[in-house]
This record gives sequence, structure tokens and C-alpha cells, in this order.
Amino acid sequence: MSIHRAVRDAVSRRAALGAIAALAGLATAILGIASAQAQDSIRIGELNSYSRFAAFTVPYRNGWQMALDEINAAGGVNGRMIEVISRDDGGTTGDAVRVAEELVSRDKVDFLLGTFLSNVGLAVADFANQRKTLFIAWGPLTDALTMAKGNPYTFRIRPNTWMQVGMLVDAVKDLDTKRWAIVAPNYEYGQSAAANFKTLLARVNPDAEIVVEQYPALGKIDAGATVSAIEQARPDAIFNVLFGGDLVSFVREGTTRGLFEDRTVASMLTGEPEWLLPLKAEAPVGWIATGYPWQGVTEGPHAAFIAAYREKYDETPRLGSMLGYVIMYMIRDMLLEADSTDTDAMVAALEDFSFESIVGPVTIRSIDNQGSFGAWVGRIAVEDGSGTLTDWRYYDGTDFLASEDEVEAMRGD
Amino acid sequence: MEPSFFVVQTLNGLASASALFIAACGLTIIFGVTRIVNFAHGSFYMLGAYFAVLLADRLLGIHYGPLMFWVAVLLAALGAGVLGAVMELTLLRRIYKAPELFQLLATFGVVLIVQDAVVWLFGPQDLLGPRAPGLTGAVDILGHRFPVYELMLVFAGPVVLAAIWLLFNRTRFGILVRAATHDREMLAALGVNQAVLFTAAVFLGCALAGLAGALEIARKPATPHMDVNIIAEAFVVTVIGGMGSVPGAFLAAVLIGVLQAFGILVFPKITLVLVFLVMAVVLVVRPWGLLGRPEPQLRGEPAMMLPLAPWSRTASLWALAGVAALVAFPLIADAFALKLVIEVMVFALFAMSLNLLLGLGGVISFGHAAWFGLGAYGAALAVRHLGAPMELALLLAPLTAGAVAALAGAFIVRLSGVYLAMLTLAVAQVVYAVAFQWVEVTGGDNGLIGIWPSDWASGRLAYYYLTLMLAGAGIALLIRVSFSPFGYALRAARDSALRAETVGINVRRQRWAAFTLAGAAAGLAGGLYVFSKGNIDPGALAIPTSVDALAMALLGGVQTITGPILGAAALHLMKDFVMPLTDYWRVLLGLVIIGFVLVFPGGVVGTLRGLAARRGGEASR
Repeated sequence: MSIHRAVRDAVSRRAALGAIAALAGLATAILGIASAQAQDSIRIGELNSYSRFAAFTVPYRNGWQMALDEINAAGGVNGRMIEVISRDDGGTTGDAVRVAEELVSRDKVDFLLGTFLSNVGLAVADFANQRKTLFIAWGPLTDALTMAKGNPYTFRIRPNTWMQVGMLVDAVKDLDTKRWAIVAPNYEYGQSAAANFKTLLARVNPDAEIVVEQYPALGKIDAGATVSAIEQARPDAIFNVLFGGDLVSFVREGTTRGLFEDRTVASMLTGEPEWLLPLKAEAPVGWIATGYPWQGVTEGPHAAFIAAYREKYDETPRLGSMLGYVIMYMIRDMLLEADSTDTDAMVAALEDFSFESIVGPVTIRSIDNQGSFGAWVGRIAVEDGSGTLTDWRYYDGTDFLASEDEVEAMRGD
Repeated sequence: MEPSFFVVQTLNGLASASALFIAACGLTIIFGVTRIVNFAHGSFYMLGAYFAVLLADRLLGIHYGPLMFWVAVLLAALGAGVLGAVMELTLLRRIYKAPELFQLLATFGVVLIVQDAVVWLFGPQDLLGPRAPGLTGAVDILGHRFPVYELMLVFAGPVVLAAIWLLFNRTRFGILVRAATHDREMLAALGVNQAVLFTAAVFLGCALAGLAGALEIARKPATPHMDVNIIAEAFVVTVIGGMGSVPGAFLAAVLIGVLQAFGILVFPKITLVLVFLVMAVVLVVRPWGLLGRPEPQLRGEPAMMLPLAPWSRTASLWALAGVAALVAFPLIADAFALKLVIEVMVFALFAMSLNLLLGLGGVISFGHAAWFGLGAYGAALAVRHLGAPMELALLLAPLTAGAVAALAGAFIVRLSGVYLAMLTLAVAQVVYAVAFQWVEVTGGDNGLIGIWPSDWASGRLAYYYLTLMLAGAGIALLIRVSFSPFGYALRAARDSALRAETVGINVRRQRWAAFTLAGAAAGLAGGLYVFSKGNIDPGALAIPTSVDALAMALLGGVQTITGPILGAAALHLMKDFVMPLTDYWRVLLGLVIIGFVLVFPGGVVGTLRGLAARRGGEASR
């Protein structure tokens, strides 16, 4: 046997061994052997788009991880530790439902938490409803999650699209603006924000009219053409739902072409650090936007959270970090209230549930399982080369929830 | 419309057209020379943008001025080109002789790797580059302010076109590139060193992609998603212009840019679908694109396709054993394992249906997700809007998908090769856009939820057996068809369309029938899928679903009858196995795909059989 041949055989033998090991691992994974687990801890199944939307989900993970460490260090819940089993949801409904299924049926988690995209959140919510499992949504903004497609097992704390649009409309209602332009990304979030804006604007300002609407495809805005099309209609004010790369292109083109001069711009989410940071010094000064002005929080438990977060992770908090932190503490309070990890007990605990967050008291109303957590609205400014919110105020979500009649008309259950 | 606005909007359209052209022309050059459809083209575009942002920040920090900005842009383009050359040397070079789909799949593996590498290296956050010094202002055009940078872009496209023309017509390298585009075998016969030529062409193409990305930094941030956003449009521009034709790509880019600029005035939501509508129309009217030529016929035997081994008694025994194992599987499996195997069976049917086209028909369908999704949506819509029970919905799934496949197939089978693949892609994207946009009926991008099985099938076990029965029947039918006269006719048409026509086989009609049948089978898979998940959204119709199907069929081996089943199992289980382990699971997936393509150029089953045959040959010698 030549050396060459010997090497080749050795290599192929090793490859074969490797393949066998991989197959064995796979078989273990498929059949669900080796799932010895500590039964005394409370198990949360957490799934989110950590790989596809890391800029948003990783700060959120930091937030809940911090709260989790604090809670467990303080003795957990009635002596039981909380254990979070965290998975990537793949960013698609198909993967997310499979992961949720694995968490529920194999990892035997007590309830589900997480998701970022609206369609993924809705799919997991529907799965939770089918399997009668509690699901606490973190990221999805879609109104449908608590309204048209709401279900008894799904809860959300974050203010939804309807509420955030309502806060923005409230912030601009006294300005002298008649002719509005709308620019929104062409998908559910953009469309429903635009539709909500039309409805809510007509309520506070019946004379206002929408003179132009632009719906560029998400991530593919043709900014020059879009800016020209808006400019052509000569609006007094612009309602913007664009974010991320689309917003940057829009801001650069619009600024160079003078689109924003002497015009009011009301903008969704632009004041959140997640979206402001990438804009650096080019954050659109003067826009009225919803966001998270953590720089302006100087006292109380909220300020303590911010200091601790910066200490622990060496980065400034995002909105997602704060929400992750708030939700984990809400979960602790829920578990204390329910005194059980039985789904019905937890769901019952969350109905009309009030808890004290670092931002203030929050209530989850039972009619749609939507929390009254609010948002901040202010004007965008640039300080030290990066964008912040100034002149802000916190809008408590209670005043901006859809009315009970509206919810009842939409919800099927 | 005011005339001044008309002028400005035209300029807007031309600026976008230039950006699009520069992004797409590299793709067409690479295809022309190497015949590889480089799926990773968008990745080099993205890398160009990231390189440019980082370099420009660094260089402008040293000295702020236009020179440094443009140095950064050029260096970024070169960097992307060098990485392209590395890809050619390490990957593409080994697979020039592999079937074109393998090449596509291998470059898709590169896409996955670059996506995660970018997040790992540059962070997940969008990176905003500086504006171009000296070009930040605006000029007055008929009373409208128009950015100088955009004006520069309007001219950049034609300048690049002219430079490529000069390169191709005035240099020896260019002459060789054109010769290779025409007839690379003749070129090889004349003693030209193809290895160097191919590397250079891939370098040039990727550098152009990098240049396009680098030019974008003044207009938008570098993001980890920009590769996917550009690649479909770059494909479309290349195909509309005619694969391999640089002036054609320019024409197509102008057509799309201007149509888009004015289209949004009338239909603000049109951007999603416009490019694909244009491509579908162009391909139906001009099958080779605007300035393209029919693909040159490669000489020699298309030897990649081994004849299908006849169905033997051993095969029947294996099949029987497989079915028995699946019937008995619930005895040892937990609930989640059942769920996984349900999905594997669904995807096995899906991959088998694609293989009817790929393996037997030699027809490359790049939009197979359309039929899977149409089946799923057909079933879901029947439940949602007609209140149909699951049984009826599962019947409607293959009927809906089959009917639409028959309609679209009538146009699709008139084409061949890459153009056919691209038309299937266009059809899939149009279907996707309809599902995405028709919110009142389809629920838009949130999709439809609450599509669960009837009571008797709602238990995991019952649905498992239902899936086993229906998917099994579908797969059995597809296997049976493969060995029927119809299957033999399809294979004859695949191996030599000309000879098949000569013996009286109506090739187009055979392919059309295959297309319809494959569509219906994929539709059944889609129907089973939706009831197992409870929801459906446009993601099921999107390009990644088509790629999944291709990967499954190819991993198993297209020239085998049962390969796709194994491929479906391997890919799906791997995904489930790898995803929880790491945030960077796409790198692993990409590496595995590339590894498979390099190690098993004939797919797993095909290569094993080839090895067995060779070993048998050695033994008898």
C-alpha cells in the first residue's frame, strides 16, 4: 500500500467516523433523548430573531438577562429560579413555529416569550392559542396581535402602532398644518400606521387632507424619485413611517433638495436609539418623533437601570434593552401573583394586571391583553455628533389605547 | 404634470438606472465568460459598501477632501474584486463542469457565509458612510433643487459603459472575454489560458459589484441585508438586457429606472413587483432578452445526467422498508420528533416535485416556491373565506397550484436554460407580490393564521399518518410517472431535445405536462404544510423557499429517483440541529452546502452510486 493510499484511507476513515458521530448527534436530537432537566426551576421558552435582526434583539437579550440575573440572585420566585431557554426564531414564521413547538413539547417550557417581526409574532401567537400556552410578545408592533387577530393567551406590553400614531397625532394636533404627505414602507406596519394616521388625524383635525402618499418597498426606496413625488404635491407637513436604510436615503435626499425646510415632519420610531445611532450627526433635526430619550432620565429606578446597564454591558441602552428588562420583572410579578406555572393561573394573573415598572405603573387590560406602557415623544436634535430627543414628554399608553368598542368590533373571541 | 417636474423625475430615474446598471453589469460579464450565474454578486456589492464606509471614514479622518473619498471607493471596489478572485480560485474553478444548478447553489452558500461574516466583522448595526466631499450640494434644475451627487451618478453609468466598451474592444483581454462569451471551447482549442481569463473576468465582475456598493455609501448606509435587496434586481436587469450583453444591461437598467420613477406617481405601491412584471413581459416577447442571443450550444455530450437505473425489486424492498419504518416511527418518537418528520415528509414531496422538472425534464425551475405557496394559500384561503373543511382545502391545494402552473407553464416552456429559470423566478415573484399586496384577501405580509386541521386530524399522531399517506401517495405517483412512457419521453427530451422531436415527441407539450404535474404536487406539499403550521405568509413564496427546494433536490442528487427524499431529510434536520447551536448558523449551512457541492458533485446518492460503480469496475479489472 502506498503512502498516498494510506493517507487517503486514514482520511476517509476519519471522515466516516465524523459522519457517524454527526449522525448519532442528529439521531439524539431528533428522538429527543438526553433531555434530563431540572424540574424545580421555572422555564421560559424565549425565541427571537437574534441572527437576522441582531441590532435590535441583542440589546433586548441583554435587558432581560440583566433582570433575570437580578431576580435569581435575589432568590428567584418563591425560592424557584427562573430559567430561560433562548432560541433563534430564524426570522420566518415557518422556523419560528417549529422552534416554539420544540420549546413547548420537548423543552417543556411553562410559557413563551419574544419575537420581533409582526408576522412571526402573529404566527407564534396563533400557535400559542392552538396549544393553549401563554405567549408574551416583545417586539411586534402590529395592531392585529391584540386586536383583529388577538387571542386569550397572547399579551403585549409595548405600545402598538395605533397607540404610537395616536401619541404623534396628539403632539402635532395644534400645529397649523392642513396638507399632509404620507411616506411609509410598503408592508403591514407601514400600511397600518398610514391608515391609523388618516383616521386619527381626521378626528382631531377634520380640515386636514392627505395630498400625497408614497409606499416604497421596504429596504429598496428610490429616494430621489420619492422625494420629488412628495415635493410635487406641496404638502405643509409629512408623516413618516420609514426607518433604517430607507430613512437615511430619504433624509439625505430630502435635506439636499430642501424637502424639510419650513415643513413639519412627524415620524414614527425615529427617536429610538436603535434608529438614531446609525444616523449619527445626520439625524433630522426638528422632526417630531416617538423614541426613547434615555439621556434625559436622571432619577428614580429608571436612571438606576440605565447606569447599571451601561456598567454591565459597556454600551448605552436601547429601547429594546429597557423593554426586555421591564418584561422580565413583569414576568416575576406575574409568577408571584399566579403562584403557579399553570397556564390558566398565569393567564388569569395577567388579566387586568397592574405592575410597577421602572418607568411607572403599567396595567394590562383584559379586553385585548394590551399593556398601557407608553412612549416618549419629542423633537430630534443633534448633540455631540449624535441624535437625541429634546422637549420630550412621556405619553402614558392608557390614554391612547383603542377604545373598548373598537376592540370589541375587531376581536373575534 | 409640469414639464420641469417631468425633467427632474426623469433625472431621478436615470440616476437610479446608473446605480442599477453598475451593480448588474458585473453579473452579466461573469455569466458571459464563465456561464456561472453568480448568486453571490449581491454579497460583493455589500462588501464593497462596507469596505468603502470603513475606508472613507479612515481616509477622510486623515485628510478631508474629494480625493480621499474616491480613493476609498476605488480601494473598496478592488477589495471586492480580490475577494471575487479568491472565490473563483477556491470554489468556482472546481465546479465549472458541474451542472449549472450546483454552481448556483455553491454561490448561494457564499451568500450565506458572507451574510454572517459581515455581521460578525462589522457589527449588526447599519453603518452610515460619509457624504461625498464636494458633491453634497444641489444644483438648480428648472426651479427644482437636484443633488450634485445624483447628477454625477446620471453620468457615471454611461462612463462605466464606455469604459467597459473600450476594455472589450480595444484590449487583448477584452477580445478574449468576448471570444469566451461567444464560444469558450473554441477559445480553449486555440490555446488561450482559460484559467487566467476566468479569474480575471470574475475579478472584474466582482470589482464592479463592489464599485456599485461603494458608490451607494453616499446615498444609503451599509446594511447586512443589502445583498439580498440588490441581487434579484441585478438578475432582472441582466436577463432583460440579455445574459452576457453589457449594453443590454444598460438599456434594461434605464428602462427599469425610468419606469419606476414614473410608476410610483400612479401606483405608489408598484415598486415591489414592477421589475418582475417587466421581466416577465420581456421574456414572453423576446425570449433572449433585449440584446441577448440564444445560449451557445456547448459541444459534446451533456454528460452530467446518468441514465436512471430501472426500478428494481431491491428498490421496492427498500421503499417498503422505508414506509414500514415511518409507520412504526411514532412508537419511539416524542411529539416534536413527529412534528419534524411531518415537515420532512412535506419537504420530501416538495423536493420530489421539483426533481420531476430538474432531474427528469432537465428544466431548471428557480421559482418552485410559487407552487408550494399557491397550494398553501389555496388551502388557507378556502378555509378562511369559504369556510371549507380541511379535507376540501387539501384537495384544492394541488388543484390551485396545478391550474396556475399550467397557465404559467404554457409560457415558461417556450424558453430554455437560464432564461427559463429566470422566467420561473419572475412568475414566483409576481405571485409573491400578489400575496404580499392583496391585504384584504391574503392578509398581506402578516399572512393568514388559524389554519388548523379538522378535529379528527388535529392530534399530532393523526396528522402524522395523514401526511404520511398523502405525501407518500404523491411521491409514489411521481416515482411511477418517472418510469412511465411519459417519464421516458421527458428524459429523452432532456438528453437531446432535437432527437426527441425527431422521433415524434412533442417536447414542449411533455414539459408543459411535467410543469403542471410538478406544480400540483408542490401544491399538495404546500397544503399539508399550512395545516401543520397553522399559518402561512408570503415568506413561503419567497426566493429562500425555492432555494431550499433546489438544495434538497441537489443534495440528494437529481439523477436519482429517491435522492430528493434524503436531501429533504438531510437539509431540514440539519437546519433544526444547527440553528439552536449558534447565532451564526448560516455560515455553517453555507459551508455545508459548499462542502457538499465540492465533495459530491453528483449529489449524495448519485456520487455514492458513481463510487460503487467505479469500485465494481476496479474489482472486475
